[in-house]
Formats: sequence, C-alpha cells, structure tokens
Amino acid sequence: MAEENEFIVQIVDRYDGDDGMLIPMMQDLQAELGYLPLEQLRYLGRRLEVPVSRIYAIATFYSSFRLAPKGAHEVTLCMGTVCYLKGAPNIAEAISREFGVEPGGTTRDRIFSFQAVNCVGACAVAPVMLVDGKYYESMTVESALEVLHELATEKVAADKEGQT
Amino acid sequence: MKVVGNSRLTGIADLERMRQEILSRYTPSARSVHICMGPGCAAKGSHKLYELFCEAVSQAGANVQVQAKPVGCHGLCGCGPIVLIQPGDIFYQRVEEPDVAEIFRETVLAGRLIERLLYENPATGEKVDTADKIPFYKVQQRVALALNGLIDPTDIEDYIKSGGYSALGKVLNGMTPEQIIADVECSGLRGRGGGGFPTARKWRSCREAKGSPKYVICNGDEGDPGAFMDRAIMEGNPHSVIEGMVIGAYAIGSQQGYIYVRNEYPLSVERLKWAIEQAKELGLLGQNILGSSFSFDIRINRGGGAFVCGESTALMASLEGRPGEPRAKYIHTVESGFRGKPTNLNNVETWANVPHIINQGPKWLAGIGTGKSKGTKVFSLVGNVVNTGLVEVPMGISLRQIIDEIGGGIRDGKRFKAVQTGGPSGGCMPAEHLDARVDFDELTKLGSMMGSGGMIVMDEDTCMVKVARYFTEFLQKESCGKCTPCREGLAQMLYILDRISRGEGEVGDVEELGTLAELLEGTALCALGKTAANPVLSTLRYFRDEYDAHILDRRCPAKECRGLFRYEIDADACKACGICLKNCPAEAITGEKKVPHVINQEKCTLCGTCWEKCPFTAVKKV
Repeated sequence: MAEENEFIVQIVDRYDGDDGMLIPMMQDLQAELGYLPLEQLRYLGRRLEVPVSRIYAIATFYSSFRLAPKGAHEVTLCMGTVCYLKGAPNIAEAISREFGVEPGGTTRDRIFSFQAVNCVGACAVAPVMLVDGKYYESMTVESALEVLHELATEKVAADKEGQT
Repeated sequence: MKVVGNSRLTGIADLERMRQEILSRYTPSARSVHICMGPGCAAKGSHKLYELFCEAVSQAGANVQVQAKPVGCHGLCGCGPIVLIQPGDIFYQRVEEPDVAEIFRETVLAGRLIERLLYENPATGEKVDTADKIPFYKVQQRVALALNGLIDPTDIEDYIKSGGYSALGKVLNGMTPEQIIADVECSGLRGRGGGGFPTARKWRSCREAKGSPKYVICNGDEGDPGAFMDRAIMEGNPHSVIEGMVIGAYAIGSQQGYIYVRNEYPLSVERLKWAIEQAKELGLLGQNILGSSFSFDIRINRGGGAFVCGESTALMASLEGRPGEPRAKYIHTVESGFRGKPTNLNNVETWANVPHIINQGPKWLAGIGTGKSKGTKVFSLVGNVVNTGLVEVPMGISLRQIIDEIGGGIRDGKRFKAVQTGGPSGGCMPAEHLDARVDFDELTKLGSMMGSGGMIVMDEDTCMVKVARYFTEFLQKESCGKCTPCREGLAQMLYILDRISRGEGEVGDVEELGTLAELLEGTALCALGKTAANPVLSTLRYFRDEYDAHILDRRCPAKECRGLFRYEIDADACKACGICLKNCPAEAITGEKKVPHVINQEKCTLCGTCWEKCPFTAVKKV
C-alpha cells in the first residue's frame, strides 16, 4: 500500500497539486492501473483535500472512467451514426449474446472488456470495432465474432503455455 | 519521429533564415513516398505499409535518396490506404502490403506507373494518375486541409518549409492586436464548431473584457457521431492549430491556452503534444515568442467521454476538474469563463483558418463563399455515397454538388432519401432541398444546421423514424441531467419513438412529439438541449408520411423496423438450395429439393438470417 500511495503522490505532483487537474490525475491513475480502485481515490482525495464525493461524481459522470478492473483485452464497438445505420446494433447484440457481456461490462473469464462508444471518427469505413486500439473496418456480425473468438483462443493457449 | 535539435529562434529574420536553410536542403526532384495515416487508412493497415516503405528505403542503399513520409488524412478514405509518390503526384489507392515492393521498384526507382493501383473514374472507366484529375478532389477547395497529406505532421520543419509560422512572424513584426482583429472581422470568419458566431466579435469582446489572466481555448471535443474533421486537422497538421491559437492569444491578450481533446482520439493528443514540444524548442511557443515580449503557453487536456463537454461552458467546467455540466449564458464566457476569467473558445477548424487569413489577407477569405458565410467548410461525407471521406468545399456549394460530384452519388444504384447535417443538433433534408446552398443561414432555415461538419447521406432503405430514434437515444444517454426539459423531455420523446418503431404507435403521438420538442427548444438550459429536438422535428417536417405509415398502417416503408415488415421467398428466384432452411433458427422454413421454399409466417421470428444467407437474393422484405 505504501508504494501505491507513493504513486498517487507522484501523480499529484505531476500537476503541482492543482485540484483543477483532477480529471487528468484520474486519467493517469486509470492508465496505470486499468481502473480506479476506491482505495486509491480515497487517498487521492486526502492528498488534494477534496471530498471523495466530488471525485466519485467525476468518476461516474465521465463514461471513460471505470471503477472495476477490466479484461485482458479492450474491445470497443463504434455506435456512431454511420456504424449504427450500417448494422453496429446487430453486432453489439451478437457480442452480448455470444459472450454474455453487456456494453460497459467485462466477460466473466476477464478476456475482454466490452465498450460501445459514440463515434471513433472512422466513419468512412463503418462499421468499426477496435481491439486494444487496433481498428477493424467494415465489420459484420460474423467477422466481429471471429475476431473475438480468436482473443479467447489466444488466452486459452497462453494459459496452457503458462501451466506447462 | 524526428528530434529537431534546433536552437531557439530569436526573431522573424531567424525564422526566415531557417526556412531558407530547410528549402536549400530540399530538392524538388527528390523522391518521396507519402503514406496516409488518417483514421480510415490506418484502419486498413497503413501503419504496416509505412513500416514496409521505411524498410525498403533503408535497404535501397545510400546512393538512392528516397524519403518515406507518414502524412495526415488525404480525404478519399473509402479508397484507402492511399499512397502518394513524389515527384509527379502519383496517386495510388487500395494499396496492400504485397504492393509495396512493386511500388518501390517500379514507380519510385524506375518512374513507371502501376496501372492496377490507379484510381478508375467510375463514370468513364478511365484510369487517372494524379489526385487533381479525380472528380472527388476537383470540386474541393482546401484551406484548413491545405497541407493535409502533404506534410509530415510530426516534423515542424515540414510545416515551416511550406510557409508555416510565417503568419505568426508577420503578426509579431508590427501588427497590433486591433489590426489582427480587424483583419479577422474583414475576412468574415465565423465559428466552425457549429454555432457560426463571428470570430472577430468574440475576440474583441474577450480582449475588451475586464479581468486577468485571460484564457484561450481550442475545442477539440469533436463529439458529433459521424464527424472526424477536427481529428483529421489535429492529426494531419497540428501546427496550423497551434499557430492560429498563438495569433489569437496575441490579439486577445492571453498568456495561457488549453486544447481540450476528445478521449477517443489518443493519436490527436500525441500529435499535438509533440507539436507543442517542437514549437517550444524553437521559441514559437512559450516565453518570449520569436524574441518578442509576448509569451504564451498551451496545455492539453483530454476529455472524459461526455458529449455535452463540446458545449463551451460544460467544457470549461470539465477543465476546472468538475463534471461537465453547462450553465446558463446570461454572462458570456468572454467575460467570465474558465476559472471566472475572460475566456475565448474556438473550434479546431476555426483556429486552423487564422494563419491563412493573416498570410493571404482578409479579402481573400471574404472572396470565397456567400453573403454571410465566408470561406470554406470541412465536411466528413459518409453514409451511402460512393466516395466516403473528408472534403473541404467553398461555402455556398449545393448539397447536390457535394453528394453527386464529390461523393459520386448514391451507392449500389439506390435512390437518395435524405442527408443529415449538424450531428444530433441538426436535421435531415430531403431530395427536394438538394439544391440548397450550404451556408450557416440556409441550412438553419431548412430545419437543420451547419454544425461541426458531419454529413451523412442516407438512401431509400433508411427508415427516418429509426434515424430520429437513434439521435434521440444518443442525446437522452448523453444528457447531463442538469435541466429538467432535457433530462425528462428526451426520455419521453424516446419512449414515444420506441413505441412507434415497434408498431405500437397511437394517433396523437406525432402531436405529442411536437409539443415536447417545442418545450425543449424553449426551455432547455444549453444549446445542446435547445437543438436536441431537431432530428425529430426535421424528420416530422419532411417525412411525416413515414411516421403515419408506422402508426396507422403498422408498416415500415424502408423495411428496417423489425415487426413492421415480413420476409417472403420469391418462388421464381428460389433455387431450392436449402441454405435458408438449414440456417433458420426458428425452423420456420419448409421446402424440398427442386421445390421453392416457403416461410411459415407464424413461426418466423423476423431475425433476418434467411435474408442475409440467401445467395440468390430470393428472400424479400415485404
């Protein structure tokens, strides 16, 4: 714990302890840990002399913050107008059905976190899906599921390798 | 990325000397390969192409002088990845990894064209070798995107070579802040973020406002779905935004600027950060810019994924480390904005226009466009058009020209139904208004708006109730919840639209929607709420018959709303292959070999699997 607190101190110092920079601080924290552990947010509040309620308000207002750990991979499905009209809702539905995960959630085996976002700005090649930042263009239900099944197989293979 | 390693420039003469020095190193006949790294091309693997070209360059040996350059969006995203070869402006499209070696050997080294990678004019079947011969580019006029695709956005030298920062030099070399504002006023520049507020008036109010320090903000929170203009500028030519901001800050009297970038655009953040670092190193940003007494610094903030933060007061709240909730604007932000101080906020594209006005004179920009809308506007042309991508056109061009001449018309021989502009605050315009001129006032008159520049073309298979429902759902989810009309009104509107698209609409629903829309327009707190009804109002205005068909006939004319149409098998087209029968999850299809198959309507769950799987398009929506 002491070490992690050290980490919060570093982040706070990075922004000269300016509580106006709370959002960038939380973004840095999330970039490092993958999510915002409540324990760390409490410490951040104490350090900045800002009530945790305010930090919590920010964490829940902005959709990019998460309060629970994420999966090994990050899957982002674009729901912008063009992707939507070209079938993104069907893809979202299929992913939810196939892997039992709703947008905003993580699969039970923690293989991936699934996010539906408003627009990733690649409308010319819609529908678009991102896996760990890599763009997949002109998705269909089949091709999207195929990409995600590959993630699952990779994970299984990696686990096996780890065991032997 | 290149490390500049240059020493600070201490004056305008220094900047000019540096430009001459860069130009002297540059030979016009030098060969270079420009690989588009725009979002569309990147999605199709252009990063790998760039690596392969770099490899080819390094293997070519020291006596061959070739440069591989990663450049910003070229615009014709639908044909990506795009690769340009200099000299000669050779334009290759749909380039794949195996093509790299051939391009390098044939075109770069031997100067021969590769026929198969050239763009083919679909109208004439003729292959063309350069971009300016492609109809998509012919009608365009590029100002904000002028250097996109030509310069390496990670190299400040490339920008300076093309005349970059000369506007800043000119400003610091004898223009007074009043002169700058007068020039911007004379140019007629209006805000490109959607509102269309006269830029010079905003600057002047902020300059004259009491209080210090003053802040300058660049709004890069491009939240409209279907829009990526600002992204292309931030990633393709970040220095143009920075130069515009420095000039604006000098005119307004500000020493601190912020760029607020959408969380979904990590590459924009990276490019801008790098550009700021390079500009600081050269003394074009920071303390005593170009040896003058003027100092100005820029900080980048990332958004948190909230659409409402594109609204100026919400954005400022977010910059202050609070939830992004807007406030009423009885007091303008130019008087009391960020941290309660005078603040001037402009959109990315607006800032990118500023250096051009200073360099080419205000009359030049005022010479483009219509009476009250001057200059050009960048649009992301997407949806059911042949050529999708990023376009920049003079104001006053007709919607038809953009869609037909630049966009190449509707895809797959379908008929045009509507064009949506202005994002969730805008509306859908039908075929009868295709000859309307694209400018701020004309589009507003038609019930839409210019907005930040999303332009989504829809064909006959698009259900307008579904479109209205989409935008309403988007806005309902993104409503910050501060004011009641927006929080509750949108939820009610969505509830009604939901019922209509499920075939449970009732007589009177349309009137109810109208009442709620009016209430929203008149009483919502911020501009986003006030315009949130536009998608519903504009579709009601032009496509009332589609609402009526859903409500009165329980029928979706575009056959998109599940349950409001049926699937049937055309007996003449059916080859009795059995694919639909095997794939039907509800076992609703019967048939034998050589006998046309039939869908049992009672069992059918309308999932559409048969329609997708049929290789003979024998399954029809009726």
